[in-house]
Amino acid sequence: MSAVQTVGASPKIIARELTKRFQSAHGESVEALGPIDLTIGVGEFLAIVGPSGCGKSTLLNVAAGFEQASSGTIEIDGRTIDAPGPERGVVFQDYALFPWLSVAGNIGFGPASVGLPPDQVEARVRHWIKLVHLEGSEHKYPHELSGGMRQRCALARCLANDPEVLLMDEPLAALDALTRVRLQDELLEIWNEASRERPKSALYITHAIDEALYLADRIIVMSDRPGRVLREIVVPFARPRESEVRTLPEFHRLADEIWRLLRRPSA
Amino acid sequence: MMRAADSRARELGWRLMLPMLLLVVWYVATDILNLTHPVILPSPTGVVRAFMRLASSGELLNNIGASLLRIFYANCAALLLGVPLGLAMGLYKPVERLCDGLLSLFRPIPPLAWVPLSILWLGIGTLSVVFITFLAAFFAVLVNTIAGAQAVDKQLVRAAQSLGAGQRRLMVRVILPSVAPAIFTGFRVAIGVSWMSIVAAELIAAPSGLGYMIMYYREVLRTDAIIVGMLTIGVIGLAMDFGTRWLERRLLPWRTGFHL
Repeated sequence: MSAVQTVGASPKIIARELTKRFQSAHGESVEALGPIDLTIGVGEFLAIVGPSGCGKSTLLNVAAGFEQASSGTIEIDGRTIDAPGPERGVVFQDYALFPWLSVAGNIGFGPASVGLPPDQVEARVRHWIKLVHLEGSEHKYPHELSGGMRQRCALARCLANDPEVLLMDEPLAALDALTRVRLQDELLEIWNEASRERPKSALYITHAIDEALYLADRIIVMSDRPGRVLREIVVPFARPRESEVRTLPEFHRLADEIWRLLRRPSA
Repeated sequence: MMRAADSRARELGWRLMLPMLLLVVWYVATDILNLTHPVILPSPTGVVRAFMRLASSGELLNNIGASLLRIFYANCAALLLGVPLGLAMGLYKPVERLCDGLLSLFRPIPPLAWVPLSILWLGIGTLSVVFITFLAAFFAVLVNTIAGAQAVDKQLVRAAQSLGAGQRRLMVRVILPSVAPAIFTGFRVAIGVSWMSIVAAELIAAPSGLGYMIMYYREVLRTDAIIVGMLTIGVIGLAMDFGTRWLERRLLPWRTGFHL
């Protein structure tokens, strides 16, 4: 299978024949992922939808450099990914905020890590606190925030580092339905804002079909373990998107198509 | 506000009820009914008189000072050695494999079993007592630091790495704050076991300190002074536990969410 074509301009991340195997507790080797080929374009928002345990989070962990591929290659701008790096920001499902740092401290962690001077760190912190609507909570600790506020803080922490690629692992899955929909809108706003200065690429892992359709430029539907590409769907809705997109007949037709693919028994 | 103050007063009342009851029973049994000989059990008023005598002569304060200084030395050494070794063992498997066997062999040995060797090697005096107290405190700090280091949230480490933190920043800004609560727990346990082993060590291996004082007055059959020594240890131990709790709240304010 050849590399999947991108919608946008030049490719940012390219994975070829990527696989991941794990050792199970009994010592046998379990195929978790692939082989899978995929490309994320510069400025493209790619969502991956698949059943639980299909290896979509494994794919993200490999792209983040947290885990090594068992075979195949994955590259960013032609360089092999083998370790985490600040050009690839990660947003985790369980937020992974530093509990000993305030909201401001968490958001400033990345800029300070990459060596920005204190005044620039502070400027970025202020900028992002405003963008994710956390004014007034700068000095609160994560345990004092609601789930929605925590994820907004985690998003700001990631974007304050101005990464080229955003890797998001079911970032809204732990939230209640109402907060989830609200944060989808905010995510789009923030995405537009963050992409203004230079285009960013996103890899968005989710099992929520409507979320993928609402947020992404392109969706890859993955099969059961070991995860492979079942189908690639280009999302036709223009940006900036408004909430009304969710009511379009085309939205429901695509959602139905993906649902059928996922429901199909794989064995 | 009133209700909160009321319930706090009531809680304090509950906490003080048994100590007060014990004091009354003690007073009635000794001072009123004269049930015991003062060598077996002196009366509370007798203990207060002994306290005044020991306090005004400076003897009590000198012995408190001697014991506290030894506890200070022993716990400084325990933290300086226990924290780095605990972090290394908790974070790096090879270090754990290397050290675990030896430490597991020494850990079950009660600090007091070291008294004879300690006297042979270091003589009778502060050095011996500090060494024995250090052993007790060291293992408390070490075991808790290892447990804390092994429980560091992998996601936090990953988050820091993908935000661009290097090894040094990862250690200082992520690992250390993650392990800090466990180190603190170890420190509190260490202070507690310090008191147990220091008094026992001073009974045998020192010419000063609260343990020595208690031993000395046993030999001269001054039970009232023995009880003064014991109660002093209780009060100081209580104060130090409060102190470390307070310090923990100050240094680790993000943990206040877990305190009720």
